[in-house]
Amino acid sequence: MTTKKTVLEVNNLKTYYQTRLGEKIKAVHSVSFKLCEGEIFGIAGESGCGKSTLAMSISGLFLPPLKHESGSVFLEGENIFKKDINYLRKEILGKKYSYIPQSAMNALNPTIKIKDFVIDLMKEHEPEMKEKEILELTRDRFESLSLPSRVLDLYPLELSGGMKQRVVVAISTLMNPVVVAADEPTSALDVSTQKMVIKLIKELFDDGIVKSIIFITHELPVLRHICDRIAVMYAGEFVEVGKMEDVIFNPIHPYSQALMQSILVPEEGMKEKKLPCLPGSPPDLRKIPTGCRFADRCPIATEECKKEEVEMTSLGDRSVRCIRINYIMMQGKKVTPYGTKY
Amino acid sequence: MAQNTEEIIRVENLTKVFGSGKKAVKAVNKINFSIKRGEIVSLVGQSGSGKTTVTRLILRLLKETEGKIIFEGKDVTNIKSEEKKEYWKKVQAIFQDPYASFNIFSPVKKVLLDTFKLFNSSYSKKEKEKLICETLESVNLRPEEVVDKYPFELSGGQRQRIMIARAHLIRPQLLLADEPTSMIDANLRSGILELLLSLRDTDGCTIMFVTHDLGLAYYVSDRIFIMHEGEIVEEGSANKIITAPEHPYTKQLIKDVPKLSEEWLTS
Ligand SMILES: Nc1ncnc2c1ncn2[C@@H]1O[C@H](COP(=O)(O)OP(=O)(O)OP(=O)(O)O)[C@@H](O)[C@H]1O
Ligand SMILES: Nc1ncnc2c1ncn2[C@@H]1O[C@H](COP(=O)(O)OP(=O)(O)OP(=O)(O)O)[C@@H](O)[C@H]1O
Ligand code: SF4
Ligand SMILES: [Mg+2]
Ligand SMILES: [Mg+2]
Repeated sequence: MTTKKTVLEVNNLKTYYQTRLGEKIKAVHSVSFKLCEGEIFGIAGESGCGKSTLAMSISGLFLPPLKHESGSVFLEGENIFKKDINYLRKEILGKKYSYIPQSAMNALNPTIKIKDFVIDLMKEHEPEMKEKEILELTRDRFESLSLPSRVLDLYPLELSGGMKQRVVVAISTLMNPVVVAADEPTSALDVSTQKMVIKLIKELFDDGIVKSIIFITHELPVLRHICDRIAVMYAGEFVEVGKMEDVIFNPIHPYSQALMQSILVPEEGMKEKKLPCLPGSPPDLRKIPTGCRFADRCPIATEECKKEEVEMTSLGDRSVRCIRINYIMMQGKKVTPYGTKY
Repeated sequence: MAQNTEEIIRVENLTKVFGSGKKAVKAVNKINFSIKRGEIVSLVGQSGSGKTTVTRLILRLLKETEGKIIFEGKDVTNIKSEEKKEYWKKVQAIFQDPYASFNIFSPVKKVLLDTFKLFNSSYSKKEKEKLICETLESVNLRPEEVVDKYPFELSGGQRQRIMIARAHLIRPQLLLADEPTSMIDANLRSGILELLLSLRDTDGCTIMFVTHDLGLAYYVSDRIFIMHEGEIVEEGSANKIITAPEHPYTKQLIKDVPKLSEEWLTS
């Protein structure tokens, strides 16, 4: 990586959900990372590990039951947790940081036409802008995502799953945000449309309209093609962060290894293989055990692993949250038995 | 795999047009297919090609514009609302949009308890709860962690798994699974797929996967249907579709699958 300007800095962020039942669900725990201008940062990890919560927390808008415990977020040098909610809504959200939600389907108000939704949204940020200009801009962006302009006159109910997803991608990038966090932006899309949406997001990026991207997805092959760096998240923490090639092809953390082994690709012979599946489940985020959070499922866990919280160990341009890195290296980085048949 | 030859469902000339006049959209256009009992098929196609519309037509949630649906030898195209309950015991769906399928104002436990109403079961409350717990565990959720939550308090993948658990409780004859694992991580997905496959192996359940994930379709299905602009343009065994596709659209789809190895975005 060249020494580019840092656009986003997340320091030791901890956030949780305060539930109706009076419990604390610690969804994000001590996450730190930096995002440089021109960088695409991928986040992968087990379902429910806190990826969406992390992306929402970065916006600084803590809507109940989500709460901020500690840590800070700097966006282009601005400490956004110090700002009030009106400022965040007007100046940050959509303009500097745009979160493309996972369930795009729910982000759209079902009772109003797409057109009116866009107009309302833009007027909130750019009261000066004329309706005609807004619609022109929207049509343009729709076109590049192969959305027919008739979509503007439809209600969300009348769109297919993938169309809704593309509509949300288009709308979230209308104001040319500095950082876009795309949460599973392509999970409802067929491969060809997926490719198109990713190409568009990349285009916005290559044209400098969007400066950096956080890309959350379960589709590891997609990360492989667009990311510079990848973080693997497990039970609220990053367990491995590094260059794309390293994390995907040469993972060190036992969880990352297991994850990379379950990739499904339609290639001859795949059908006969038994898919690997990690036994057990991640810890209950309400009562997190001491020690390594992966210990219950880790094939090489020792008593030592369960004693105290495991910190990130830095190995040059990669960091790994594990106390047995030396052992893993000695085993040629192959410690998960799952799917070694591959 | 021992293949039963009995047909479970057949659709003939099934067509759905939304709207009329200039704004009409032909979402499904004269499609025909037949699925055998115990078979697993995948319906694969581009966004907007009509896949969800097909599942909603089969479920009788949408009225067809034209065509017929024959389920277990009986024409169900015009079943009355009273008969639908009976029909839904046998034909169930896992929806693409989890919010569409359950009342978001009911906690998970109620959503799952309600499924028992479908079959007037004689289970006691205790037995029901036990079954629910077992099913939740089989989709890798910790019952005590999720039962009191509302759907919007769950992560995307957790919500999808609740729906899979629900389908598992109902044990239908025909399960229509619309993108059931799109939000589930690769590692968990394999466990869930095994679970769905076990429904076929233990109960003889027939499954139609609707998916954009060709890897998944190839892995789980006996046959694949390729849908394009409302029509089924190619069908064949999973092996054949993946290794020797014929229709140009199928070829394009296979080419577009993101692989770990090769160039993808630039091709
Ligand atoms: N509103 C809420 N109230 C309480 N708990 C919540 C709420 N939203 C999410 N959670 C919990 O917080 C944890 C993290 O959820 P999050 O949505 O961030 O996961 P995720 O990594 O995005 O998962 P997925 O890949 O399935 O989308 C989960 O255990 C989830 O059940
Ligand atoms: N209720 C409706 N009213 C009007 N048009 C509709 C309605 N439902 C679907 N359509 C249209 O029918 C077409 C097919 O939609 P469908 O939801 O079946 O696609 P799909 O193949 O499931 O796509 P995806 O993979 O994106 O979910 C789309 O053009 C959509 O806009
Ligand atoms: S710290 Fe121990 S339990 Fe955790 S991943 Fe490393 S070896 Fe496994
Ligand atoms: Mg999520
Ligand atoms: Mg659909």
